[in-house]
Amino acid sequence: MEVAGEVLQSGSSQELHVLAVDDSYVDRKVIEKLLKISSCKVTAVESGSRALQFLGLDGEKGSLGFNGLKVNLIMTDYSMPGMTGYELLKKIKRSSAFREIPVVIMSSENILTRIDSCLEEGAEEFLVKPVKLSDVKRLMKDRVSRGVTEEQEGRRVDKRKLEDDNLTSSSSSSPLSSSPSTTASFGCDVSISELLPSPPHSSKRAKLHDAD
Amino acid sequence: MDVVNQMQRQFVDYSTSLHREGILDDQFTQLQKLQDENSPDFVVEVASLFFEDCEKLINNMARALEQQGVDFKQVDASVHQLKGSSSSIGAVQVKNVCIAFRSFCEAQNREGCLRCLQQVTHEYSLLKNKLQTLFRLEQQILAAGGSIPVIE
Repeated sequence: MEVAGEVLQSGSSQELHVLAVDDSYVDRKVIEKLLKISSCKVTAVESGSRALQFLGLDGEKGSLGFNGLKVNLIMTDYSMPGMTGYELLKKIKRSSAFREIPVVIMSSENILTRIDSCLEEGAEEFLVKPVKLSDVKRLMKDRVSRGVTEEQEGRRVDKRKLEDDNLTSSSSSSPLSSSPSTTASFGCDVSISELLPSPPHSSKRAKLHDAD
Repeated sequence: MDVVNQMQRQFVDYSTSLHREGILDDQFTQLQKLQDENSPDFVVEVASLFFEDCEKLINNMARALEQQGVDFKQVDASVHQLKGSSSSIGAVQVKNVCIAFRSFCEAQNREGCLRCLQQVTHEYSLLKNKLQTLFRLEQQILAAGGSIPVIE
């Protein structure tokens, strides 16, 4: 992965530019490293308002950051003082300029209603902290395959269909095997599949296995 | 090279003991694995940020708990932050105290909170000492021309 990063450096159009938002220094440093190791360009900011500033959503138009790089993915912490990650998500999804940018929510708290609301507002994924390298790698893989599909179809593909495809590919790289610390006794799993027939929530279920 | 081997063995033993004693968990190992030639001081840097964070948050909690009318929401906010950072660095003992601490905040139990504050301060100091020892061992190995063993 590290060697691949060197190779990708020259074809920088391949590199994803990720905007990471987290009020914790420690978490910012860790997510930055995880993304860099996964060959991404990273801009890490400490708040939702700084993120909006960077995107130019508080004045100027366009998704160009200060250094002129288009943002391909936003990863934000949920619980932040001031503007929460959820509020940031809503603002982004309600802006015509930026609603196409996928937003991933990260949270140390594995609360179903929270996960539901984030997914409903259009979050791409909900990651339970601490975020691992395997989580980031999976995100990158999904992004790349989605990007290719979109190019081929020339339009934004239906999210539900994509998540169906992703389920089949992600089940082969079982989240359980990559996180040795998980012994989630999640009694809610059964009720999720009963209540929510749609595939996106099953992918959420897979992620819940990563919880403490 | 025998000296280097000895130091490496010492490092491995010490690192393993920290895990066995439940002071550090797998997340710390994950961070160690992220360290590479591009960021040879990554773990030390993350740990330093964590210690700074701890000190600031513990001070906030202490001040809030000293008030006549304790703002438990404020205390809880600080505990939540500390729980988050400790989880991110793999400081499982600190994190566990934070979990208990939050319950006392929710119950608005000042005595319980003060006890947890004491405990969290203790766990943080312990962790800081142990990590500093670990980092010192690493430095010694590197200074002697050896490489840091990877702990699985």
